[in-house]
Amino acid sequence: MKLIQKLGILLFLVGMAVFTVMPFLGTYTLTEELVLSRTKDIHQEKMTEILSPMYGETYSSNFSFISAFKENFNSYNDVLEEESKWDDVIWDDYSFPLAQASVNSPVRANPWLFMGLSIGLAVLGGLMYNLPKYREEPVGIKNNGIFHSAMKNRGWMGMITGAYLILFYIILYWFPAFIVNQVWMVSPMSMILSGNPASQWFLYGTIYTLAISVMGVRMFRKYRGNKYQQLRTASVMFFQTAFAFLIPEILVLFNQPYFDFKNIWPLDYDFFYDYQIDTFLSSGGVGMFMLIWGILLIVIGVPVFTYFFGKRWYCSWVCGCGGLAETLGDPYRQLSDKSVKAWKYERVIIHTVLVVAVVMTALTIVNYFSGFALLGNVTNQLHSFYGFAIGSVFAGVIGTGFYPFMGNRVWCRFGCPLAAYLGLVQRFKSRFRITTNGGQCISCGNCSTHCEMGIDVRWYAQRGQEIVRSSCVGCGVCSSVCPRGVLNLENGSEGNRINEMPIIIGNDSIKINA
Amino acid sequence: MSSNRHVVIIGNGIAGITCARQLRKLDGSVRITVISGESKYFFARTALMYIFMGHMKFEHTQPYENWFWEKNRIELKEGWVESIDFTAKNVLFQSGQNIQYDDLVIATGSKPNKFGWPGEDLQGVQGLYSKQDLELMEENTTNAVNRAVIVGGGLIGIEMAEMLAYKKIPVTFLVRESGFWSNVLPKEESELVSRHMREHHIDLRLNEELDEIISDQNAHVKAIRTKSGEEIKCQFVGLTAGVTPSIDFLRNTELDVNRGVKVNFGFQTNIPNVYSIGDCAEFHEVPAPDRKPVEQVWYTGRMHGETLGYILAGKKVAYKPGIWFNSAKFLDIEYQTYGTVPARWDAEKVKSFYWEHASGKVFFRMLMDMQGRILGVNNFGFRLRHEFFDQVIREQWDGGKVISKLDKANFDPEFFAPYYIEIQKAYKGKYGGDITVSKKTFIQKLFGANV
Repeated sequence: MKLIQKLGILLFLVGMAVFTVMPFLGTYTLTEELVLSRTKDIHQEKMTEILSPMYGETYSSNFSFISAFKENFNSYNDVLEEESKWDDVIWDDYSFPLAQASVNSPVRANPWLFMGLSIGLAVLGGLMYNLPKYREEPVGIKNNGIFHSAMKNRGWMGMITGAYLILFYIILYWFPAFIVNQVWMVSPMSMILSGNPASQWFLYGTIYTLAISVMGVRMFRKYRGNKYQQLRTASVMFFQTAFAFLIPEILVLFNQPYFDFKNIWPLDYDFFYDYQIDTFLSSGGVGMFMLIWGILLIVIGVPVFTYFFGKRWYCSWVCGCGGLAETLGDPYRQLSDKSVKAWKYERVIIHTVLVVAVVMTALTIVNYFSGFALLGNVTNQLHSFYGFAIGSVFAGVIGTGFYPFMGNRVWCRFGCPLAAYLGLVQRFKSRFRITTNGGQCISCGNCSTHCEMGIDVRWYAQRGQEIVRSSCVGCGVCSSVCPRGVLNLENGSEGNRINEMPIIIGNDSIKINA
Repeated sequence: MSSNRHVVIIGNGIAGITCARQLRKLDGSVRITVISGESKYFFARTALMYIFMGHMKFEHTQPYENWFWEKNRIELKEGWVESIDFTAKNVLFQSGQNIQYDDLVIATGSKPNKFGWPGEDLQGVQGLYSKQDLELMEENTTNAVNRAVIVGGGLIGIEMAEMLAYKKIPVTFLVRESGFWSNVLPKEESELVSRHMREHHIDLRLNEELDEIISDQNAHVKAIRTKSGEEIKCQFVGLTAGVTPSIDFLRNTELDVNRGVKVNFGFQTNIPNVYSIGDCAEFHEVPAPDRKPVEQVWYTGRMHGETLGYILAGKKVAYKPGIWFNSAKFLDIEYQTYGTVPARWDAEKVKSFYWEHASGKVFFRMLMDMQGRILGVNNFGFRLRHEFFDQVIREQWDGGKVISKLDKANFDPEFFAPYYIEIQKAYKGKYGGDITVSKKTFIQKLFGANV
């Protein structure tokens, strides 16, 4: 490793360390004015009363502040819950906005400085590590040592990385009050982009986009000389940066709804939720365009593009989850389970999620038009269940946190309802397939090993059979790592796409009637 | 077929396993046992290098999950065979056990050649063929190896060099001939590979032979001496000068053997109900004019296995290979060949067209007879479609027609540089005539796919 790369790792670790210690900085002081400014009108009176014991008190850490908050808040709510006075219970969680308002920290005072010292150093370090990679080596894909690596083969480094990611997601989704400093840190940037202060989701979006960019650079280095890999990496970097990150923020700046034009239902599971529909309908021409655009993507975009190109057009070229999996997750792709057993689980789980998403959305729409007369409460329960179990736990905590344990496509393979929908089209009505080059397969297993979706590519390749699988996201790595040039992603005629009686070219002894 | 018939296959390489699988597909009742001392489960030995380099784990080289064999009722027997009693139809193991057979298939593969060099059995000196060889190589390179010497310029040698490079061990590569793999590759191709090896800092010595391997006081290699008298200090020697059938336990028995087990095109040996396939089989005569009596390639092993599976299932077929093909990867450069492209040819009978990219890493050659009909192609650094060339060589297309349709033969991924256009231009420049030069597709133009 070159000196500059070692320095890069050092800077990256320093950046991560600064980011990690940030929650422990500063003190927290709550005042009545802050409570008034951060609570809803209907709760203001109660909240100022509930939290009055905290006023003027200086808490030296987020732990003591949040526990004091919970203590006071719960003592109010618990009584009401015991008495079953459900209408008086305050369901909103004010811990995040109040912690954010109360904190007095060097981060809040110097957001740009801390941004530079944490995210900035991590990005710089990441680039210093990635850019010089393979510099003095001839062009070619090197998977050297991945199974000897503590990071990429479930070693101690992988365990630590996975644990860190899981912890991050848990805090982000359920305990954001602990990371108010980091949110303050990105607030000035949010002000520039959208004119609003940052939320924890802006923080997440920033880190997400930077992770895709820095690790996208790694992809450019790793797949030098491979135009397919380079172009699709550039594509996911572009769609994440422009469509998922910048455009929605800029829309807000111009008083339009926050909208990611490339996110498609049912991955975008709340697209048909009543508050979303209301937002679209109340935002004039732009809102109406968003609604129609979103529906057109579902009913025309997905089937048509998938018919011509396979689901790869979305999963490994456009999608944000795919974008992270293909960049940050690329070092872990070989950890996906290739067994037939895993495939069985995969089919059951992913299609169940699709069914649940469809049923939930159907109920939502029926309720919307019937004025929530029928199953309003059930729908709300379903929304919160889905949001928790699928949206947060499955897609976030497991989807990304499990990269170092189960590979980079856990969510896409087992959970994503949009992937299931795209997959059904790909399997039954598409021109896409992976073609096997006659009899050239040597069964070495590179293709299967490096398939992030856990497809046993070799099973088909060694039989001279075309590979038509609903889960294939068309990343093209099987083709890239094949030492004999056997595999190629192709769009072609539908005839002969699924040949059950494969013929391996080159042996004239036997004639098989296909 | 009687339901209690027992087919015993010695060797679970690609030939033996393919035979077992085909036979099971065609005959649900026959009892099948596959014997191996090397590894209980079938693995792809072509991937041994990737295990060493950490691209894969051993389990990844197993093309079938472990439940597959029980499900398909293919019994796996671990053990090394000591001898065979052909009259009693009995296989005897080193462990003292034995197995009765009705039909016996010998598919024991190869072992690395050793030519009686002084010191060839020292510690730190080895070939690379089996799982045990791989384990030995891992052991032999655990302690500091300052330099390794590889003897013999073939595919296993260059794989070994790549493996050693992973451990940052400098390699000196001795090749007896004047070019790398020059008994197979024509001069330009051989030079291309040689250049690429040197680009990877491999110290390639052409026209250089091993004379002696020198021992230290612990019977471990400490240096080698070449025929030209140079002494090269090294702690590891790879012997990769080809392979030879692994049939020592069958010599001096009633079985007819030469280099390999002598078989006809039904894979029958001189003893009834005894067959041999794969690397260890030797045909009485060559299966085709451009082939050898001993075929030691993955693909031929698979075809032998397929064919014998049919024969054992009672079908009347004989081994009849089609158009030759092969492929390999030399460090970063992929190679494919279709049809007949020998290392040397008679310029009065064969026309050669070749094109080389300025990078020196992309190369295409087509041989034609004097009427201009295609005989075969070699391609390096880009991929061509097997099906296409199988057809055009079989149908003896005119070279110009092949070149005109070369875009149909392209097997490179989307957005890759369209080398076939340059090849078409070069062919048209050399031979003129009515050659179609393909246009760049819209996508190729859009993304600037330049050659």
